[in-house]
Amino acid sequence: MSIMGTRVVRVEDPVFLTRGATYTDDLTDERLTGALHLTLVRSPLAHARITAIDVEGAREAPGVVAVITGADLDLPPALLFPAANKAMVRPWLATDVVRFVGEPVAAVLTEERYQGPDAADLVAVDYDPLPAVIDLKAAASDEVLLFPEAGTNTALGFGVEDAFDETLFDGCDVVVTREIVNQRLAAAPLETRAAAAVWGDDGRVTIFCSSQNAHIARDEIAGWLGVEKDTVHVILPDVGGGFGAKIGADPEFALVAALAKRAGRPVRWSESRSENMTGMGQGRAQLQTVTIGGSRDGKVQAYRIDVLADAGAYPRLGTYLPAFTRMMAPGTYDIPKVESRARVLVTTTTSTVAYRGAGRPEATAAIERAMDLFAAEIGMDPAEVRKLNVIAPEKFPFVTQGGVEYDSGEYAKAIERAQEAAGYAELRAEQAARRERGDARQLGIGVSSYVEITGGGAFAEDAAVEVHPDGTVTVLTGTSPHGQGHATAWAMLASDHLGIPIEKITVKHGDTDLIPRGSGTMGSRSLQTGGVAVYQAAGELVELAKQRAADLLEANVDDLEVDKSNASIVVKGAPGSKSVTFAQLAEQEKLAVSTTFDSKKPTFPFGAHVAVVEVDVESGKVTVERIVTVDDAGPVVNPLLAEGQRHGGIAQGISQALLEEVVYDEDGNPLTATFADYGFPSAAELPSFELVDQATPTPINPLGAKGIGEAGTIGATPAVQSAVVDALSHLGVRHIDMPTTPLRVWEAIQAASKGAK
Amino acid sequence: MIPVAFDYERPDTVDAALALLAEHGEDATVLAGGHSLLPVMKLRLGAPELVIDIGRLADLNYIRVEGDEVAIGAGTRHRDLEASEVLATEVPLLPAVARTVGDPQVRHRGTIGGSLAHADPASDLPAAVLALNGTVVLRSARGERQVPITGFYTGVFSSVKEPDELIVEVRVPRTGAAGWAYEKFTRRSNDWAIVAVAVVDGRVGLVNMGPTPLRASATEAALAEGASIEDAAALADQATDPPADTAATREYRRHLARLLTKRALTTAAGV
Ligand SMILES: Cc1cc2nc3c(=O)[nH]c(=O)nc-3n(C[C@H](O)[C@H](O)[C@H](O)COP(=O)(O)OP(=O)(O)OC[C@H]3O[C@@H](n4cnc5c(N)ncnc54)[C@H](O)[C@@H]3O)c2cc1C
Repeated sequence: MSIMGTRVVRVEDPVFLTRGATYTDDLTDERLTGALHLTLVRSPLAHARITAIDVEGAREAPGVVAVITGADLDLPPALLFPAANKAMVRPWLATDVVRFVGEPVAAVLTEERYQGPDAADLVAVDYDPLPAVIDLKAAASDEVLLFPEAGTNTALGFGVEDAFDETLFDGCDVVVTREIVNQRLAAAPLETRAAAAVWGDDGRVTIFCSSQNAHIARDEIAGWLGVEKDTVHVILPDVGGGFGAKIGADPEFALVAALAKRAGRPVRWSESRSENMTGMGQGRAQLQTVTIGGSRDGKVQAYRIDVLADAGAYPRLGTYLPAFTRMMAPGTYDIPKVESRARVLVTTTTSTVAYRGAGRPEATAAIERAMDLFAAEIGMDPAEVRKLNVIAPEKFPFVTQGGVEYDSGEYAKAIERAQEAAGYAELRAEQAARRERGDARQLGIGVSSYVEITGGGAFAEDAAVEVHPDGTVTVLTGTSPHGQGHATAWAMLASDHLGIPIEKITVKHGDTDLIPRGSGTMGSRSLQTGGVAVYQAAGELVELAKQRAADLLEANVDDLEVDKSNASIVVKGAPGSKSVTFAQLAEQEKLAVSTTFDSKKPTFPFGAHVAVVEVDVESGKVTVERIVTVDDAGPVVNPLLAEGQRHGGIAQGISQALLEEVVYDEDGNPLTATFADYGFPSAAELPSFELVDQATPTPINPLGAKGIGEAGTIGATPAVQSAVVDALSHLGVRHIDMPTTPLRVWEAIQAASKGAK
Repeated sequence: MIPVAFDYERPDTVDAALALLAEHGEDATVLAGGHSLLPVMKLRLGAPELVIDIGRLADLNYIRVEGDEVAIGAGTRHRDLEASEVLATEVPLLPAVARTVGDPQVRHRGTIGGSLAHADPASDLPAAVLALNGTVVLRSARGERQVPITGFYTGVFSSVKEPDELIVEVRVPRTGAAGWAYEKFTRRSNDWAIVAVAVVDGRVGLVNMGPTPLRASATEAALAEGASIEDAAALADQATDPPADTAATREYRRHLARLLTKRALTTAAGV
């Protein structure tokens, strides 16, 4: 029996559950002996001119080795996202102007870690406050400019050159338009950001850091430091969650390296939770205006989405993500006319980066809300409207109005199956009964249909597989697991070809000297690129082994096969005849293969979610009762891992719908910078998840696999939001922005009842 | 998240703790469960020069019946309130309230004395003790005094407790079979209350409806005069001064106070 598709328990867990992982901050690597500790002085103001920085007091403090300001550094400010407006560069330590609460202003190096904060408190910075820019429309007005040299707050525009088509909605019986907030979220990984750097006598710097991809981190750091890539060696210890916010390097990492060079000693840095909540890149943060039009019998004819996106103070990866929102704008629907544009603006807030889903949940939330608004307007069941408009299975591959080619899909089937599993008709009956009785606890049912793009960034990935003479195997991968379970899954993929048990297979990753190339783990890309590469490498290794065995076994290569029961090459159909194991072959000559798999294209996983919520209409409190999900990412290598990905994503999706939001006051002060204030969920806020399996293979890779990592945040979020609105639809409520907090729900009910009077 | 440097003492007796407090006064802070104090210190919102750890003083950890009252040592953990058989029969409101505090980790560390001393209007136990008409027993090297909880709080994070005083005990009347209920409204299960209402024996305590825990006096008076639950609860936000924050507006808090009071009174009445 093949190991593929079986529930193999994660090989990485025993260590995590016993002695614990080794995160960057836990490293006892001898190269870091005698390291100095970096503490950053951060701006308490959102927007201000720095008039003076006095570091004298801090220099006198116990344990202080150096206090460094921007003026002391010879690193030029950097454009963190190359396609953004060229004037929007970030200094490593602010010199003239600070642009968000938490921006580094001075660096303190101390012998002991605990000495840092005391010394940092003694750095006196004089600020002349400037007006904060928080609201996206205010940013778009360009009244207050973050970068006067840029002459605009627009960091990047997508499709903004062309005017909208005035005739787009001509011929529609019904047109609905609405402004929707897709709120700002904090990634909040349990491991905060950390880095440690040491320069060797060879002039190279080794940087240990918490990242989702060593190679991108290396390239970025080298670029920022102005050195050759080869000068930088990045090593990733265990990484405690990233959710997109740890893609590549953070500016602080380069600062750690620069300061280590300056000090002539290793330097380490690990931020506190408070720093993380303002310093780490955040996600989402779009203001969307959607317009949808169609016929009274339910056919959608045209859809438009106009996005204002928040880049934060210094454009980073978040600046690009509205491109994904535009690409996926029409979702699963066959809509004749679709238009979109996006303007990305700088504001005096924390920069935005990727966050689980990264541009696609924003697209799905918009189209799904639009479908609901349309359904409500024509008085049709939201599931029916969806099924009427999804792309038919025979139309694949389907080129969308978003300009991409969907590989495969069974969208209506997914909705049907989710409805069936949820007992949709019974739920509607129960809802009607509660409405009839006027219960305090009303039922809401939300349906979402989604398609997303995975592996949409880098299509190629490398893998190397080597069998050692002792029968063990080393797999090198360019992906970068930080919770996903690649050590287990990649071992399964190699084992499937070799017949060598996974206990003997070690998967290595995240070291730029050991592994020359790699694109890391993000965008749900790993299995469909890196996993396939490992599978392919193991297959190639079998071919190599057969060639070497042919002489030994005095047989034709074509007559040889792998005997998986004892990891050997044998002659087909000749049981008991001569055989040679992979290990024996490795004894004679190094038995290793490296390969590259290039899918050349992304894949488009899809699914449908049904959420059932109870809303206490007296208090506004929402409880998620059920979430039923069909997530189709093609054939599954290990259901345990795939379900884990679905669970985590669903939790984060529910949480965006109900709880989480990064909030700033009008002066740009973060109001949600602790876990007491930020609505991070716990298990108690979540129901058990009801997962329905469906597997439609993609033709673009030999495993038929698509990505599963972000399905939950894409599908669950709109399902839950819709369910909340649905619970109140009989009161006249049509929309509530996320998070649908008790306050917002109560206010929506109040407003609806006033409107009714 | 590293506090300002401080000195640390762990006296073995209450008297030794009081002597240290007498000596250091405002420069010293008592550490009980640490679940309010340590966050304050780590966020550098407070920087005591001396921390006096009373967390292991067994003398402060008891729950016992004394006449018409139950006496609770200030060092009693929330978890011990939750699990107390004495309280379950004599003052059933308290274990029910304790059960809603934070999460199990918090409840195994936090103490009733710390909770009352911290004087956070969003805390659960102060309003419960207020609804119970309890008494706070304060002791210093100068002597001991008993302060009715109704006169204990003076504002946000402040009370009549002097810097050299320790809360040593909390006394609450035995309410036995009298109707009670606790309605706590939160965003997440382990959050502080947006608003909460404690009802016992016709008295109503409000959490997070002003700078201190409050009694819904108008509601209590209406009930005493025989008003319906509905009518009495409609007065629950009178004379309150609720805060506004990201979780709630003032108006919403007023609404919740009325709603939760209605629900709590209904539960307490057993209808
Ligand atoms: C994650 C988390 C969630 C929480 N959730 C809730 C919640 O939902 N509801 C709630 O009510 N509370 C909550 N708390 C607070 C918790 O209940 C605290 O334990 C409690 O408020 C303080 O008790 P403590 O023993 O920890 O006091 P400490 O933190 O040790 O001290 C707090 C203050 O009281 C003083 N003090 C302590 N004991 C005495 C004494 N005997 N005499 C004089 N002064 C004293 C200290 O000097 C200090 O100023 C939460 C805390 C955390 C960390």
